[in-house]
Amino acid sequence: MTRKKRRLYVLLVAAVLLGGATALVIGAFRGNLVFFFSPTEIFEKSVEPGQRIRVGGLVEEDSVVHDADGLTVHFRVTDLSHAVMVTYRGILPSLFREGQGVVIQGRLDETAHFIADEVMAKHDENYMPPEVAEALKKSGQWKGDDE
Amino acid sequence: MIVEIGHIALIMALAVALVQAVVPMIGASRGDGRLMALASTAAGIQWLFIVIAFLALMNAYITSDFSVFNVASNSHSAKPILYKIAGVWGNHEGSLVLWVLILATFGGAIVLFGGNLPPALRARVLSVQALIAVGFLSFSLFTSNPFQRVSPAPLDGNGLNPLLQDPGLAFHPPFLYLGYVGFSVAFAFAVAALIEGRVDAAWARWVRPWALIAWSFLTVGIALGSWWAYYELGWGGWWFWDPVENASFMPWLAGTALLHSAIVCEKRDALKAWTILLAIVAFSLSLLGTFLVRSGVLTSVHAFATDPARGVFILGFLVVVVGGSLALFAIRAPRLKAGGLFAPVSREGGIVLNNLLFSAAAATVLLGTLYPLFIDALGAGKVSVGPPYFNTVFVPLMSPLVVLAGIAPMLSWKRADLGGIVDRLKIIAALTALVLVWTVYQVWGNAVFGAFGIALSAWLASSVLLDWALRIRLFRASPLDSMRRAMRIPRAAYGMNFAHFGVALLVAGVTASSAWRTESLQVMREGESISVAGFEFLFHGVDRAEGPNYAVDRGHFTVTRGAKFTVELWPENRFYPVQQQPTTEAAIHTMWNADLYAVVGDPDGNGGWATRIYYNPLVPWIWLGALVMALGGAVSLSDRRHRVGAPKRSQSTPMPRHAAADIVR
Repeated sequence: MTRKKRRLYVLLVAAVLLGGATALVIGAFRGNLVFFFSPTEIFEKSVEPGQRIRVGGLVEEDSVVHDADGLTVHFRVTDLSHAVMVTYRGILPSLFREGQGVVIQGRLDETAHFIADEVMAKHDENYMPPEVAEALKKSGQWKGDDE
Repeated sequence: MIVEIGHIALIMALAVALVQAVVPMIGASRGDGRLMALASTAAGIQWLFIVIAFLALMNAYITSDFSVFNVASNSHSAKPILYKIAGVWGNHEGSLVLWVLILATFGGAIVLFGGNLPPALRARVLSVQALIAVGFLSFSLFTSNPFQRVSPAPLDGNGLNPLLQDPGLAFHPPFLYLGYVGFSVAFAFAVAALIEGRVDAAWARWVRPWALIAWSFLTVGIALGSWWAYYELGWGGWWFWDPVENASFMPWLAGTALLHSAIVCEKRDALKAWTILLAIVAFSLSLLGTFLVRSGVLTSVHAFATDPARGVFILGFLVVVVGGSLALFAIRAPRLKAGGLFAPVSREGGIVLNNLLFSAAAATVLLGTLYPLFIDALGAGKVSVGPPYFNTVFVPLMSPLVVLAGIAPMLSWKRADLGGIVDRLKIIAALTALVLVWTVYQVWGNAVFGAFGIALSAWLASSVLLDWALRIRLFRASPLDSMRRAMRIPRAAYGMNFAHFGVALLVAGVTASSAWRTESLQVMREGESISVAGFEFLFHGVDRAEGPNYAVDRGHFTVTRGAKFTVELWPENRFYPVQQQPTTEAAIHTMWNADLYAVVGDPDGNGGWATRIYYNPLVPWIWLGALVMALGGAVSLSDRRHRVGAPKRSQSTPMPRHAAADIVR
């Protein structure tokens, strides 16, 4: 076994591994990237029903309605120019409140109604997820102190 | 007054660090002993100044001195004393002071335990450490001053984010930082060795204990963070592939690779350049983690403040450190003489494969973590890369690693004979098959693929146990003889066995809790009960009570199984009036083989409460496994040959190169 030969072996194994890892990454990226939309973008662009997406905005005031089963909740997520109807079944995060920023993950159904399987509002009340701030800025409704 | 002393002490520490960064380096290149000796003195003084600054800040927190802006923003007079102390690092500015304190403590430890390092190497190592300290001290003083006053002082503070008001805050960040910052020592040794142009077995022996310390702390730190998220966030999960978690996981992956390659470097004088590179990469990933967490580019509970100036500073620092060290590596690495040869099938070969797999894993995590930032920077929209990506990529990379960990320790150095270990492998394979069949039988019809994870775990565990049993000739020699043999096995070998056994526990816990978790979501009224995974959960309703600085809605479950098993669970929803913020406290009952986990949500308005109950099989093994791994690190450190600073550079290299080459041929 010479030095050159050893190096060749290592390089060979490394190349195989690198190829494998690249294939894994590309495959995993193809299926699992989740794109972010603001309510306005959902209104303007056509988002395919069934595609996993994230939506961010404010929980519209007076829009939260609980179903009789005590677990299903409906609310609207707005960037103050457009709003998306959302349905979620489960326990809302403790920081979820009307008028607060929220990011939801799930799918649009055929009627452009959003079925959320994850609701994220995991910050203190002064905090605005950057995605939400961005969505508000885009819709011209941002009232924050920067810009 | 004390606050100003702290501020001045921090400034003095920066001045001392500047001297420590420059003078010893000049001394080392000129061979001037007095200039080199300055490094040790400076490291001691720098440590002292930072301790003063840290204590001054802590004093401001304990006495609730709201004239300090940092205290006013992050503390409150009604906060329990534990969180006043731990609250020092529960914010951006204070956590930086903790960071530099730990950095300086490691510097002091190098002085204390590095008595037999060659003076030039020690001077250079301390100088590189000081260079890092200069970066972080300036970052603290110029962009995130913890001692800034506010006038007029507010009557009371804003309080600490209730999510952080948990005993976890006292332990998770210090352990994590001890890990992150610990890798700075390995980094400093690597850079110093590159400047010297000399890497040999002795160098590896000096670096290994430091890498081992950093790795053990980081392991505990990550495990604590995961456990904290598990019981605090109330989602029943323990790892979310959140960018911030990844930020701590990437240095761990690189650090684990470093631990293994340093062994080859020490024992066989090979993989030198690679080991140096891993030391650089491990610390660079720690810095990258700090950048990701502290700059506010990520949405996370760890992003305390989003100040662009800070992000730019860390990014600049990152570029200097990573770029500088990699440039130095590119210039100097070709000069490092390659060492001992080895065949592909050998202990070295196994470790090379281990390193390749760990590096690939770290790279895929890095890619998944940074990809959304790239896409955002390119203006191509916002994306998130979630758990499905990481699980898809990570499991295929880690599975062969676990198989390898069951084989490689049996291989001999230089050139191994697979035929010689085939008998052992047969026993391990038989045990694995037994466990596989038993698991499939147990879980038939319910996520059977999980059985393969259990089989992996069984493979590794039985390999570790068999290795040990053969070494002490269990049942073949007299018990006394076996005991004597057990005592004679080097601690370092025990360390490895512990660490690998910990991995086996972890793999079992991860697999079972992901594949066979039972979740039940429902509205429950007082007196109603529900059956989850064979346990009866009887709900007694919700009471209101008062905590030290919060109001609490406390639910009550009685859990029974058969006549013998009864447990009370008290999940809470707390409300912190100072921050006007609620938190969820899950109630968890831990058994040896599973967790019972209950959360109470909102009332439905008709006397019912939303409740969520999980049965998490084997989930405690995850943290137990991590602890056993860290314990392995500690046991290995207690080995005489590994004790920090113990080894001396011998006159002769371990084996003349031509001799080694002869053997391999």
